Amino acid sequence: MNENSQLEQRIGQWRNYLRRRQAVDAVDVDELEDHLRSQIEALSESGLDEDEAFLVAVKRLGDLDSLSREFAREYSERLWKQLVIAPGAGGVSSPGFRDGMVAILLALAAAIAMRLPELFGRHLSDDASNSFYLRNVSLFVLPFLAAYFGWKRELKATRWLWLAAPFLAAALLMNGLPFKPGGHTEALSALHLPIALWLAVGFAYAGGHWRCHEQRMNYVRFSGEWLIYYALIALGGGVLMGFTAFLFQAIGLDPEVLLSEWIMPCGAAGAFLIAAWLVESKQSVIENMAPVLTRIFTPLFALLLLLFVGTMIWTGNALDVGRELLIGFDLLLVLVLALLLYSISARDPKAPPSHFDRLQLALVLSALLVDVMALWAISARIVEFGFSPNKVAALGENIILLVNLGWAAVLYLRFLTGRIPFAALERWQTGYVPVYMIWAWIVVAIFPLIFGFR
Amino acid sequence: MDIGKDLVAASATPLVLAILGEGQSYGYAIIKRVSELSDGELQWTDGMLYPLLHRLERKGYVKAVWGKSDTGRRRKYYRLTPAGVKHLKGQRRQWETVDSALRGLWFAMPQGVTP
Repeated sequence: MNENSQLEQRIGQWRNYLRRRQAVDAVDVDELEDHLRSQIEALSESGLDEDEAFLVAVKRLGDLDSLSREFAREYSERLWKQLVIAPGAGGVSSPGFRDGMVAILLALAAAIAMRLPELFGRHLSDDASNSFYLRNVSLFVLPFLAAYFGWKRELKATRWLWLAAPFLAAALLMNGLPFKPGGHTEALSALHLPIALWLAVGFAYAGGHWRCHEQRMNYVRFSGEWLIYYALIALGGGVLMGFTAFLFQAIGLDPEVLLSEWIMPCGAAGAFLIAAWLVESKQSVIENMAPVLTRIFTPLFALLLLLFVGTMIWTGNALDVGRELLIGFDLLLVLVLALLLYSISARDPKAPPSHFDRLQLALVLSALLVDVMALWAISARIVEFGFSPNKVAALGENIILLVNLGWAAVLYLRFLTGRIPFAALERWQTGYVPVYMIWAWIVVAIFPLIFGFR
Repeated sequence: MDIGKDLVAASATPLVLAILGEGQSYGYAIIKRVSELSDGELQWTDGMLYPLLHRLERKGYVKAVWGKSDTGRRRKYYRLTPAGVKHLKGQRRQWETVDSALRGLWFAMPQGVTP
């Protein structure tokens, strides 16, 4: 019996080893295992002990490299990792299928939530409702995303309450505060609410362990992949809408209402859930895309910024301080931060400094340089014309990002000179996440009060 | 005697189809049958049979079904399809032509050929 279980163990190891080959399917391994066992039985009958029989049988099957190469030739499609979501493999009760069903149901719920206000006289097509939709749109979608992760991570009841709190608070604030429709503070609150709530979704994503450094990094990775999937789905949605318009116009009907009131809002809401589900189920199946894009664009942006600084010095042209300048520079810093974040998220923390790290530092430093010049120009303007909600928000964001990138540059320098491990850079970034959250809530909830809802 | 790699590869398809022509079978039994028929001279690397069987299945010459062995283990059985029977007939004609051409030469030639 003992010997038998030892044989089982070795067959199990062999199976695992074979299973790691991409071209060899689980079903193929089953078939080969039947062969292996038949061979072992025959050899044992002819007098070999089980150990020898196992070794001979494995040897006769042939070397695994050429075997998997042969399988790869027959099944070249398997080398393209497929994100198959058909219920075939596991049946209706498999976790993958259930997960997909929940995601689709929640996506439907989000789509319905988008349309629900219509019943209460808030028509999407009606300009008078613009303000209502602007303030509440993230509340139609993000609670379902949070619920999806809450369900998936099997949150405990108390944590569900914690998770619900920010959404309830947001609903009360957005509909209780006396915003002036079309005002600056309303737009700012509406713009910052998704950021605040996205980080609340992170609480559910981390299964409640939001203090955990690794969980935060995972959420950063998730967010990047999610954005890419969402953009791809949106692209497909655009094609779908284009054909909808084309087909209905071909029979002389105007598809405007169908497109702008149904397909567009419902699709955009549902895609939030579908993208999240895809990212979850493709984890470890397909290479992450965000770090790949980072690799491509880090050198290009570093080059652009250096070129810009060089041109500015060469021509002596000053920055043209306009209304959008500050926001433009905020976006630039966000982009640089994203490039930094996704190269950090994909980097092996134990690897020694490389050329790419130096490039990253060059990117951060040039972005900082450009931003300081912009801040200098803008401060003068603020002193002259006074504060407005938009300027304070943009300025606050600029300072938050400047502090992050400034300290990141210092840490990078110390890492490159071998004084600190790379993990310190990761910790700085994950530790900084609450700052974004606090700022977002300040803009959502405090700004309207300070600036009198104008 | 070592049979050349190319010849082993070329003869694999007609051999497998012909063995399945005797009735449905499975991987291990097919290999045993080949070895029996050639008195152990024709040795395949066992694993390589399976990609071949799958290729024949994709082409529609054989059909595979999962069944149970005598000991109750899951086992994949293969049997010829009508298309496979037709292909086997074609193969047979080709091999017979090659065989009879060579036979004619062997017959005219004494055992020890000298350059």
